[in-house]
Order: sequence, then structure tokens, then C-alpha cells
Amino acid sequence: MTIDGAWYLTLAAVLFTIGAVGVLIRRNVLIMFMCIELMLNAANLTFVTFSRELNDIGGQVAVLFVLVVAAAEVVVGLGIIVAIFRRRVGATADDPHELRG
Amino acid sequence: MAGSVLAAVSLPDLATFLVAAAIVLAGSLGVVFGRNPVHAALSLVATLFGVAVLFVEENAQFLAAVQIIVYAGAIVVLFLFVIMLLGVERQERVLVDQFRGQHFVALGLGALVLAEVLLLGTGHWTTGAHATTGALNRPLSNVDELGRAIFTSYLLPFEVTSALLVVAVVAAVVLARRPDRGLDEGEGRPADPAGRAVGDGEVTE
Repeated sequence: MTIDGAWYLTLAAVLFTIGAVGVLIRRNVLIMFMCIELMLNAANLTFVTFSRELNDIGGQVAVLFVLVVAAAEVVVGLGIIVAIFRRRVGATADDPHELRG
Repeated sequence: MAGSVLAAVSLPDLATFLVAAAIVLAGSLGVVFGRNPVHAALSLVATLFGVAVLFVEENAQFLAAVQIIVYAGAIVVLFLFVIMLLGVERQERVLVDQFRGQHFVALGLGALVLAEVLLLGTGHWTTGAHATTGALNRPLSNVDELGRAIFTSYLLPFEVTSALLVVAVVAAVVLARRPDRGLDEGEGRPADPAGRAVGDGEVTE
């Protein structure tokens, strides 16, 4: 018998929490981005677990789409980070408050 | 009670789960508390590998392969490129608050999220309603089944993701351009300091 689904859900919950706390306490934008990836992975783990529990392939399809969107998000996000760092070396997430509209 | 639950599980499954879970948690803590961004990126690779092992354990072999190729192979390498390109591998003091009580608030919110998700995760989390997109236990391989689902039920979302990828590539190219070359002027056409392209006069005459 394989591991019960609740164990995977618990692990995914802990992983999501670690990622959320990371976004809240770190000010380095690159690390915050990696913490977002941690949260996306926790959600993916949940999707696959429910896919197994409910005997439905739809959860795995959702994970595939999450992977694609995460890749696109990382590309655009890192482009923005490079553009910010080109203007200000050593920027943190608190610095763009100087933006004026 | 926990012993009776664990007794029903086969030992290889249990060992795989525990080792992969330990790798996932250690890697994620390394991402959050690592001082050097390069070390954080490498910890992220460990987490992604652990999640891939868990995918295999849950019979999602194709997703495990894609997880390794896309995440560890492409996304983390992109992170490392940006870290090296920007030269931000200097250390950050993690435990210094940016504003008063930041860590207190963060840990409180984290505990709240954990309690909430655990409550949902261990409570009545299955409604018993099965979707109609296809069962997992047909005599097909995982790749076969996933491919059938994507190219029949999920064909339109699949096509939309291709448009999304094109948009992302174009956006990355536009964002990474050197800002000193104006967007309106053609490539390779020298501009005078006033901002007008040199060749404008001849065109209008």
C-alpha cells in the first residue's frame, strides 16, 4: 500500500508555508522569486496528490499548465529585475517605492 | 494510531517518501535562510528534485521528468545567469528587520497559513465527486493518458499556453534591450543628439 494522500498534503502545506514566510521576510527580489517557485511547487504537489486520490488525470494536466505559466513568469520577472538592477545596483524590494507616476 | 497507519505501508514507499520529504524541507529552508543567492538557487534545485521524486512515487512519471527538465534545467539556470550577470552574490543580513516587527508579523502570518492549510488538508478534503476527464487506472501509461487528456479535453488551454510563451519571449527581449537605443528608430540607424534620426531630412524632401 502506498502512502496516504494526507501525508503529501501535509508536506505540501508545510512547503507552501515556508515559501510564504520567505516572501515575507526576505528583501532580495531574487530570493523572493525563488520562494514563489516554492509555493508553486507546493500547489503542484497538491494537484498530483488529488489526481491520485480522485483517480482523475485532470490534476496532472493542471500541473503541466502551472509549469508552463511558471516558466513564462520567471522569464518576464527576471527581465524586469534585470531592468531594475540596470538603473540601480543593489536594489531591494523596498527601493521601487521611489517611483513616481 | 500512527503505528497502525505506518504498518500498512510498504517499507520502500515509506522510505522514499521520508527521504524525499526531508530533502524538500531542507532545500526549502535553505532557500529562505540562505545568505548567498547562489546557495539559495542550489537549495531550490534540491527541493525540485525532491518534489520530482514524490511525483514518481505518486505515479506521475511524465511530470517528474518535466519537473527536472523545465525547473532544474531551465528555470534555475536562468536564475543563476541573472545572479551572475547582476553580481548580486553578496550576502544579505537575513535577520535584520526592514521595519519594526517584520519577522513577528511574518511568522504569525506563516503560522496562520500553516494552520489553515493543514486544517483543509486533513479535514474533509475529498467531496467524492469524480471529474469526467478520464480515469487514471485505465491500462495506459501515464504519458499516453496525459497526452490524450491534453489533446482532447484541454486542447484550447494548451493552444493558449503556446501564445503565452510567445508573449513571454517577446516581453523578455523587449525588457532586456539596452535603453539607450530608442524604440521608434530603426535598428542600426545612427541618431543625432537631439533624438532625430539622421536620415529624416532626405526622406521628407
